[in-house]
Amino acid sequence: MSTTGPIRHARRALLWLGVIFILCGAILATGVATGKTTWSPKLALDLEGGTQMILAPKVQGGDAATQEQLDQAVEIIRQRVDGSGVSEAEISTQSGSKVVVSMPGVPDAKTRELIQASANMEFRPVIVSGAWQATPEEERTPKKDLPKPTAEPANASDTNWIDADLWQAFEAYDCSTELFSGETTSGDPAKPLIACEPGTMAKYILGPVEVPGTDIADASFGMTQGSTGFSTGQWAVNLVFNGEGAARFADVTTRLVQQTGAQNQFAIVLDGQVVSAPTTNNVIADGRAQITGSFTEESARALAEQLKYGALPISFEIQSEQQISATLGADQLRMGIIAGLIGLGLVAVYSFFQYRMLGLVTVASLVVAGVLTYAAIALLGWAQNYRLSLAGVAGLIVAIGLTADSFIVYFERVRDELRDGRSLPSAVETGWKRAKRTILASKAVNLLAAVVLYIAAVGNVRGFAFTLGLTAVADLIVVFLFTHPVLQLLARTRFFGEGHRLSGLDPSLMGVEPLYRGAGQVRRYSADAGAARTKRNAAATSEAVRRQTIAERRKAEQAAASVKETDNA
Amino acid sequence: MPNLATWGNELYTGKRSYQFINRRTLWFSITGLLVLLSLVVPVAKGGFNLGIEFRGGSEFTVSSVADTSVGPGEAAVLSAAPEHHPRVTNIAPNTMRVQTDKLSDDQTLQVAEALATAYGVTKDEVTSTFIGPTWGQEVSKQALIGLVVFVVLVALLMAAYFRTWKMSLAAIAGLLAVLVVTAGIYSLSGFEVTPSAIIGFLTILSYSLYDTVVVFDKIRENTANLFGQTRRTFGQQVNLAINQTLVRSINTSVVAVLPVASILFIGAFLLGAGTLRDLSLALFVGIVVGTLSTIFFQAPLYALLREQEPEIARHTQRVREQQAAPAPTAA
Repeated sequence: MSTTGPIRHARRALLWLGVIFILCGAILATGVATGKTTWSPKLALDLEGGTQMILAPKVQGGDAATQEQLDQAVEIIRQRVDGSGVSEAEISTQSGSKVVVSMPGVPDAKTRELIQASANMEFRPVIVSGAWQATPEEERTPKKDLPKPTAEPANASDTNWIDADLWQAFEAYDCSTELFSGETTSGDPAKPLIACEPGTMAKYILGPVEVPGTDIADASFGMTQGSTGFSTGQWAVNLVFNGEGAARFADVTTRLVQQTGAQNQFAIVLDGQVVSAPTTNNVIADGRAQITGSFTEESARALAEQLKYGALPISFEIQSEQQISATLGADQLRMGIIAGLIGLGLVAVYSFFQYRMLGLVTVASLVVAGVLTYAAIALLGWAQNYRLSLAGVAGLIVAIGLTADSFIVYFERVRDELRDGRSLPSAVETGWKRAKRTILASKAVNLLAAVVLYIAAVGNVRGFAFTLGLTAVADLIVVFLFTHPVLQLLARTRFFGEGHRLSGLDPSLMGVEPLYRGAGQVRRYSADAGAARTKRNAAATSEAVRRQTIAERRKAEQAAASVKETDNA
Repeated sequence: MPNLATWGNELYTGKRSYQFINRRTLWFSITGLLVLLSLVVPVAKGGFNLGIEFRGGSEFTVSSVADTSVGPGEAAVLSAAPEHHPRVTNIAPNTMRVQTDKLSDDQTLQVAEALATAYGVTKDEVTSTFIGPTWGQEVSKQALIGLVVFVVLVALLMAAYFRTWKMSLAAIAGLLAVLVVTAGIYSLSGFEVTPSAIIGFLTILSYSLYDTVVVFDKIRENTANLFGQTRRTFGQQVNLAINQTLVRSINTSVVAVLPVASILFIGAFLLGAGTLRDLSLALFVGIVVGTLSTIFFQAPLYALLREQEPEIARHTQRVREQQAAPAPTAA
């Protein structure tokens, strides 16, 4: 093993660090150049202002909502919130039992209602279909011609449901206006309903609910298959009802299949909007329906998912609602950053006091870790929409101490090795091998805590946990790819290698006779000095040797051999 | 003591040694006393000062306030909702926070208007929040789940790494002591228990064990070849390990505490109540207590646990006999 080994290793490690930096910088620069992201990390709502609502799902029947149901609920809420014109809302599930809605600004009563209401899917028969826009005033049915029910409606498709008021409302109903207002509601299931289908630009009068969405057992989508079993290339949505739903759907299709025109259609209504209104071609008795039409893969998937929501009788209760004004956030952020900088400054002063010039390595490593963390946060903000909250900022500040500790553990080990009488380059190598173990084990505890906290946490606890985990990883990268290589290189400089008084690695302070005793004296172990040194440190060295594992001992012997080589060279 | 490095050198060789193991009865008694006090203090003070997140209620934030006195806020709330008792705090420069019991929607609007008038700001500067009590309970419940899961996982991790469950046991017993004492001091300070404080406690879990792992790793190293020597007993080896890592322990806790202290002081004196202050107090106390606990409680406890093992007891006996015997005269 030649002494160029550690140097080569150090250069390679630093090169890797450089590659990581260049990669991060390049990716970020590309993002900024294409206008997809910014250089600064994204700030969470608590620092930017906005509203965070935590919703607890209420499942009919009191069961707990499953993760799948929650994921679907998030989709529903997202559609509703986006539909009502609020942009940039963040909706996520939390700890498997909560839905968190965060949005800039203050939600109005309507948005709040939209978020809380349960997804209401129902199947209604179509009675009449009409044009998307309202009928112009002059073309509307004169009063004398308005429909008058002649008898009680016999079934849900009966035109006797339509009375004068309903017909007038239908003619005056303008789908664009109504949908834009975001006020479509499901209405009374026992009464007819006016609803629009945005996909086909149609407007309908629908009969009372015949099959509720909760009767859907499952929905999927796929290619239809011809009689030979080959795919026909046509997309279809498959629907499976539960027992009760199957019976009801059989009744409905039996009746509808005999009807003609619009009355042959049944409408799938989600939150008062018609998702699809297929025509009925067959009686479906087994509860397995297939909806075909001009589906694309995307629209088939969308319908299948919407149908699944129908089976999701979840409503939400707003458990907490928090409005954070941006002014307060900005103030807290500024103070937090000032606190962090003061903390960093104090750490720098203390490190210098403790480790002299070696303290500079600590500070440099902290700066590298800081830049790395910053880049990671900016990148994650872009890729994962990770936003830095105040709790996260606190996590970053706390991390300064935890990060600096790996350097302290390492430096103390190196000092221990110096105390055993090693030369600096060999002390750095041996100290590192021991410190590495400790650093890895202790960082594993940190990471474990961060992961557990992240998974179990609610609210902004997660931001904090995530930041802690992130800094633990950044710390490992820095200590492996920066601190250790830099120390390897520094160990070969005159300043550190000869144990300058200010280097922080002065062997005389470690109880070792200085190797360099002033100008004119060659830095080489004389036979006497070597003997003296051995004697003086015999106890400590034998102690250390005894404590070594076999592997450590072998390594040490190798290192010692290599040092001897250089000394004699 | 000319220099910490020289001091560290003496600690390393064993020339200077502090008796962490021999005096363990004393340390254990102090730990027990602190834990007991920490359990009594909250009871004596009538429980923790629970934040609004745990009690439930309405919260208003008034920004751009010129006069940050508490009086106008209290008067405004009492005029709009007489039966409610407001807590008015200056949480940041030019920002007031007003907390009340839960208000109805109408009352909320009235209080917001009254506050805007009282502090002479526009209605836009007053934001209102409703916080359900379940939110705080949820945080504590999740925190408790987090605690249990973490303790179990970390015990397994440490047992696997150190190859002895006794280290896990000692570490976790110490961890619980740290948590109890930190909670006791937190209660003594009278700071509100907010979700942020709970986060702080959870972070202490991580820090305290982190610190313990570093010291235990040195203990593992020192005691790995215990039976191959008769110079030191198990307890003496552990004591040497604590002394050898003492400089590290001091340096690390100082470096960890400095940034936290700077948040704490900036948070407490310049910002008033808030996420930063709550978090940093829990962390500040936790780091100091956690470091001390490793040295004075966890490591001595581990030594106590191991010394009961027959093999180690025999070794201790042998070393004691040798140490008692007159030392061979030096040539």
